[in-house]
Amino acid sequence: MGRAKLPRKSTVIDMTAMCDVAFLLLSFFILTTKFKPSEAIAVTTPKSVAAKVAPTKDIVEIIIDKDGKVFLTMDDESVKETMANSLNSTKNLGLNVTAFKKAQFFGAPFGSLASFLALPEDQRKGNLLPGIPVKDSSNNELTTWMSLVANAYQGKKPNLLLKGDNLAKYPAFKSVINAFKKNDFLKFQMVTNPESVPVGTDLWKKGQSGEKRTE
Amino acid sequence: MAEMDTSSGGGHKKGPGVKKGKKLSTRVDLTPMVDLGFLLITFFIFTTTMSQATAMRLFLPKDADKPEDQNKAKESGVITLLLGKDNNVFYYEGSLDNTASNFKSSNFHDIRTVLMDKKRRTPETDLVVVIKPSDECTYKNVVDILDEMTINILKRYALVDISSIEAQLVAKSEENAAAASAKN
Repeated sequence: MGRAKLPRKSTVIDMTAMCDVAFLLLSFFILTTKFKPSEAIAVTTPKSVAAKVAPTKDIVEIIIDKDGKVFLTMDDESVKETMANSLNSTKNLGLNVTAFKKAQFFGAPFGSLASFLALPEDQRKGNLLPGIPVKDSSNNELTTWMSLVANAYQGKKPNLLLKGDNLAKYPAFKSVINAFKKNDFLKFQMVTNPESVPVGTDLWKKGQSGEKRTE
Repeated sequence: MAEMDTSSGGGHKKGPGVKKGKKLSTRVDLTPMVDLGFLLITFFIFTTTMSQATAMRLFLPKDADKPEDQNKAKESGVITLLLGKDNNVFYYEGSLDNTASNFKSSNFHDIRTVLMDKKRRTPETDLVVVIKPSDECTYKNVVDILDEMTINILKRYALVDISSIEAQLVAKSEENAAAASAKN
């Protein structure tokens, strides 16, 4: 009695389909990826449930790093030019207006701002710079900066952003808020990383019932 | 799929005397290519930042110069949260009594239940949350507690400076807690 012979099947699998899929995914990821621009100031932002995407135009951003040092960045070059000119005329700092315009951020007391601007761009690293002095409430230089910003924007309201590091201490945050308040900047936004709403909370229930969130 | 038809037209026989060229298989082993593909995919998945930064809004009140301009809150509806160092939260309802008997300690996880409980017990128009961050707490703590306001839909809250009595209380209870944990 001979058994019925099973035909031997080849174990070689055609890889072409898999290869196709792999490269399709690959091209998708390459095209959708945006590399993070390397930042001179390292900041890890906290998480929040806020769902509104942070604005990217017309921004004035205050950065607080983990040691509580404060930096200022802005994107509008013409505004920066106005600011540099008014700084030169009121405080006689002798700033290089072009360098001021091109600077990605400011992080030095007014006294040493000229030498800060003289530094090449790649040497301006957050951890080496003194930051804008805010700690002393009688001499909070950020207040001066913010009034410069307010004057340069001439009544228009820029998008005021605050980006703080997880580990920054509250006093730095408080002095930034004080600087905002003194210049009537009463609305601002804090940059955070998105986080999902915890299950079972009121906001979650609201989301479940289909109501729209009001920020 | 990955092979080409190398057999010459319809497979008819070549004429006599024509030598048959050795047929080379054109089948390519695609496995290494697939490996490489998936390796790159994993690389891009890990380096990609899918999430864009979001922003939470905060509206600051204008400083009232005269005491009568300030907002009044019913004592029964007020809960005060004090943020200490090392992610400690302390809270009390109403005003702090002399012996600080209503001064309780909590943390960022449990404070949600406290807030939900308070919200359930208090009429919405009376409820005010007062947030007093101490000098020791971090920016993350403040953002977390503000986020907690959003999560629990608490409409009325205020960031207020901590008073020296409260700061002392916070420091004292933190010391006590540290001493207790050192004993164990």
